[in-house]
Amino acid sequence: MATTQTRSGMKGAALYPLDWLEERSGLVGGIRYFLFRKVPGDSGWWHTLGSATLTAFLVQLVTGVILAMYYKPSPAEAHESVQHITNDLWGGWLVRGMHRWGASVFIILMFMHMGRVFLFGAYKYPRELNWIVGVLLLATGLFEGLTGYLLPYDQTAYWATVVAININGTAPFVGPYLASVLRGGAEIGPDTLARFYSIHMLLVPGALIGLIGLHLYLVVRLGVSSPPWSRTAADREPEPKPPPVRSGMVTPAPRPAGVRRRPSE
Amino acid sequence: MEERTGDDRPQLPPPSLWPVGFAVGIVCLLVGLIVSWPVAAVGAGIALVFGFLWAREVATGREPTLPAEGGPPATDGAPPIPADQGEAAMPAPEPGERFPRSKFLEGATLGLGAIIGAIATLPALGFALVPGFVKQKAHKVDLGPVTDFKENDWKVVTFIRDPRQGEVSRRTAFVRNNGLLDGTPSFTIISNRCAHVGCPVQPGGPVFAKQGKTIKTTNGNVDITPVLPAAGFICPCHGGSYDQEGNRIAGPPVRGLDRYEFDIVDGRLVLGNLYSVAKVEGSGKTAKIEKFELQGPGQPVAGAESWMYPLQPPH
Repeated sequence: MATTQTRSGMKGAALYPLDWLEERSGLVGGIRYFLFRKVPGDSGWWHTLGSATLTAFLVQLVTGVILAMYYKPSPAEAHESVQHITNDLWGGWLVRGMHRWGASVFIILMFMHMGRVFLFGAYKYPRELNWIVGVLLLATGLFEGLTGYLLPYDQTAYWATVVAININGTAPFVGPYLASVLRGGAEIGPDTLARFYSIHMLLVPGALIGLIGLHLYLVVRLGVSSPPWSRTAADREPEPKPPPVRSGMVTPAPRPAGVRRRPSE
Repeated sequence: MEERTGDDRPQLPPPSLWPVGFAVGIVCLLVGLIVSWPVAAVGAGIALVFGFLWAREVATGREPTLPAEGGPPATDGAPPIPADQGEAAMPAPEPGERFPRSKFLEGATLGLGAIIGAIATLPALGFALVPGFVKQKAHKVDLGPVTDFKENDWKVVTFIRDPRQGEVSRRTAFVRNNGLLDGTPSFTIISNRCAHVGCPVQPGGPVFAKQGKTIKTTNGNVDITPVLPAAGFICPCHGGSYDQEGNRIAGPPVRGLDRYEFDIVDGRLVLGNLYSVAKVEGSGKTAKIEKFELQGPGQPVAGAESWMYPLQPPH
């Protein structure tokens, strides 16, 4: 792609926009560098959990933006607008359902990804910083879950948030202040809902996007680690491949030595 | 993956006490923002002085500790060019010059950027945090004529605490008229918020919903329903239970139920502020109540554990 040689014919015409873009921005090469980088030969399905988490996050991002077009963050209207989204609007049940269940999927995948990194020892030198960024992502993601839980504004949402804020309030020394900051006052009120909404859809997603950018940068820079059972990473001979199974049905079985061809062949 | 260059040894900065002072200053500043402005100013001063000392130490003290690599620059074997021949190089710095112009410009640019950033950010941050701490005064709530509360009967009362906030500020209290004490009516008014993590406690006995009534006051509708909390109050969330005076009997709560102050104004019962209770001795109008400033659920108000919550937000 980096070459500026003119292509000829149909292929050149088809790829002209890409070449145009590449020559002026280098973006095509950058994306190729990001997507088609080398990974260890023995990395497998376990290594896809991070990408799965990213996909879940992107689903939350898109469905959340669309839900924000119909949601009304005021105590008098919040619950009604959620009911309106679910029952009246075309496709609302689906998008809200994706956001609601996708939230759990996102959290579960984060923990599975974390478990994979831990059990593979992939947090060790030189990837410690990426583990730290990942833990920050986990905390931020859980906070996203906490703030999103209030938004349907039903009994479960309200009392769960009361309990969550009061548990924060029992932290020694800073707890009472922390609770007041979360509530935006001495009691849960209209400001609390708007505050949670703002945190949920602007503040924390911004932080998540920034941290994910850093996380991916470090993944690309440091490369993917081999699994702990990798023989190539341990500078040993790769495990011998088992001999290919031959049934004799598709390819003829090798003849024992000394057997002569029949004349008819 | 790129090959790592340089040596493997971690390059640690020399031990320094300035960051500690800087941190103390920041803590002082943050506490001061909430408690009082002079404290904040002192904190800002401490943070600035120690931050400057720290930055100066990092800027000056670290370079010599790096191992010198490769010795003096190679001359490629060519004889040195005499000073009066060849191209004119940059003028040699003055012998006494320790802060060259470029360094000054660099610092000025970064410093100005930081100041502009702070001017833009700090008011916004303050706007996000401060309103939650000021002008949070509770409102007095009119619960209607005292005659609506029969002596020694319990009522469960729901009312709007702040009319400007509307229904979201609706709260519940259990009210009992204790009869006259020194000529004035005495009431026991218990908040329904559990002292564990704030769930609504339920009366341990029947609620006579059909005998309930709604009265209109300046604060909006007040619902008054007779109730018989024979077994005290029980929290449905985690099983905290209380007796009729709000003392904890069992479960995870760390103290008794909060109570409302009250006033009798023109024969009407008027609710005041909430306060926390450690222990109630006795019952009814002769009860002795150990009273404390209102604290959040889960925070002990008496005993050793209450030392963990020395400062309450100025609501």
